Amino acid sequence: MPEQHKLILKHADSPGYTPDIECYVRHGGYEALKKALGTAPRELPDGKKLSAQEVVREDVKASGLRGRGGAGFSAGLKWSFVDRRSGKPIYLICNADESEPGTFKDRQIIHKDPHQLVEGMIISCWANDVKLAYIYIRGEMPHGARLLEKALAEARAKNFLGKNILGTGYDLEIYVHRGAGAYICGEETGLIESLEGKRAYPRIKPPYFPAVLGLYMCPTIVNNVETLCHVKHIVTMGPAEYAKLGTPNNTGTRIVSLSGDVQKPGYFEIEVGKVTLGQLIFDANFGGGLKPGRSLKAIIPGGSSSKVLKAGEVFKLNRKGADGQMTKVDVPLLDLPYDFDSLQGAGTMSGSGAIIVMDDSRSMVDTLANLSEFYAHESCGQCTPCREGSLWMAKGLHRLAHGDGRKQDVEYLSHIAQNIQGRTICAFGEAAAWPVLSFVKKFKDEFVARGEADEAAKSAGPSRELKLAASPNPH
Amino acid sequence: MTFSVPSSLEAQLDELATHYPVKRSASLMFLHALQEHFGHITDEAIEWTARKLGLQPINVLELVTFYPMFRREKLGRTHVKVCRTLSCALAGSGELREHFCKKLGLDPHAHAPQTTPDGKFTVEFVECLADCGNAPVVLLNDDLLPKVSTAQADEIIAKGKGL
Repeated sequence: MPEQHKLILKHADSPGYTPDIECYVRHGGYEALKKALGTAPRELPDGKKLSAQEVVREDVKASGLRGRGGAGFSAGLKWSFVDRRSGKPIYLICNADESEPGTFKDRQIIHKDPHQLVEGMIISCWANDVKLAYIYIRGEMPHGARLLEKALAEARAKNFLGKNILGTGYDLEIYVHRGAGAYICGEETGLIESLEGKRAYPRIKPPYFPAVLGLYMCPTIVNNVETLCHVKHIVTMGPAEYAKLGTPNNTGTRIVSLSGDVQKPGYFEIEVGKVTLGQLIFDANFGGGLKPGRSLKAIIPGGSSSKVLKAGEVFKLNRKGADGQMTKVDVPLLDLPYDFDSLQGAGTMSGSGAIIVMDDSRSMVDTLANLSEFYAHESCGQCTPCREGSLWMAKGLHRLAHGDGRKQDVEYLSHIAQNIQGRTICAFGEAAAWPVLSFVKKFKDEFVARGEADEAAKSAGPSRELKLAASPNPH
Repeated sequence: MTFSVPSSLEAQLDELATHYPVKRSASLMFLHALQEHFGHITDEAIEWTARKLGLQPINVLELVTFYPMFRREKLGRTHVKVCRTLSCALAGSGELREHFCKKLGLDPHAHAPQTTPDGKFTVEFVECLADCGNAPVVLLNDDLLPKVSTAQADEIIAKGKGL
């Protein structure tokens, strides 16, 4: 039976483990920082010399670490894009604006083991010549912000942070910055605008790639909480050993947030790709199955922005055979390994690692209406297709969910969604469009039936007006 | 009432502004601190923040109107934020908010924050609070409450009425 592999959450839930620095140091904390600071420069076979910092940056690249925030982009590669010749300061920002619906993994790290994040950040800052860094934490986590402030003060007092860290001559300051309830701040350029004291309107890329023109128009690295924690473990274990965890191109562990219609919702740390979607939902070690008497209807596999998967779907994935040749293999939904590439192969994404399960008691119309309202509320309003389109979709779905649907609503919703995706400055447009496109495509019958029933009821009597009047449109 | 920021809070904010190479960056943190102290963001607080950070008041007002956590009106002493988003909705957060509203004499269908006339409670729906494994969740002032039942809601109301 597959089990959890706890690397990041090794201590977090142990009895007696506390978030203070003494406890962290007792459990081997800040040893990775000392190891990193003592890294020896390396000479490559071609005679090129790498500085100690370059060695750590190369190690992160070699570890195969992919960002745990949502995009799954190589962390080492992201670091390599940083403009180091501009002469401007380089900033690092920890994205702790955890707000993708379904996701609650960074919360565990911040509240239970904040020093692990601080240590990962200090190593990452040192490796990238960063002298000033910020933790952007969402406003709704006031206790988390206080815990991080305290952790930073403790690290300062022990000289892991501040001036001349551990006598190496390296200076670094990290500050906590609180957001104020806007989902769009999770988008890295929106986050940067917010940190500059402005509305979180994402910036257009090009030219505003954070690695070149980020915070205060200086080179900037934005990494997720969990990603930065992994850096610590890559230093401790070495990249080769770290890369043995997980599966090729999907290395390491990741924390999966499981919610919705399962017996045991919760967070589970797994080796990436070593556990399937089916095991995460049904095994006793993980979700423990559905509620009694229920069957599976749909899975949102990577946060609410990922495309929905329908029970019974079978996907064609590329697999390397024994002869080394790539072949297409049929993989049923529940056998999909939970990793970046398999989910992408299935036409969706593992995103922020958040799985929301829906059983056969759920209406897909009501579910999508709920999600669309989220996107309508959270659109920053900068780009017209997203600002207007997300509202139209939410209004249309509200009607359909409250007895005033039409049978052509499926086409109407798809049409709007198709006119949002690809027409906005940031990926929020896709995030708002993808759930709609995937739900109405995969559960078309349900949407059409709802619209038809409403039209039939409309000619039969006045009850639907009463129903709609009782639930006015929030927009 | 004249607007005055206590000197200890002002000193704390002056220190905070030094965390950033550009003072404007401190705006959100200033607004959080002022809202915590005064309960909501007044015109005076906006003008004061702008003066302190070398900005125009409009630069601060546009933040207050953009970020949902900042409030222009006085809030109830017990602030109930019920998570509206999918995982909590599947676990009954819609019914939970309705329960709060009905018990407190508020409109269960109004979406925006509502405060009881006695100023004791504010109830609102908010988007994902990032604790979906414990759905339905409520952020009660600064505290996140997991798996909130209607019985717990009644306890919150009883406690809040005595404050």
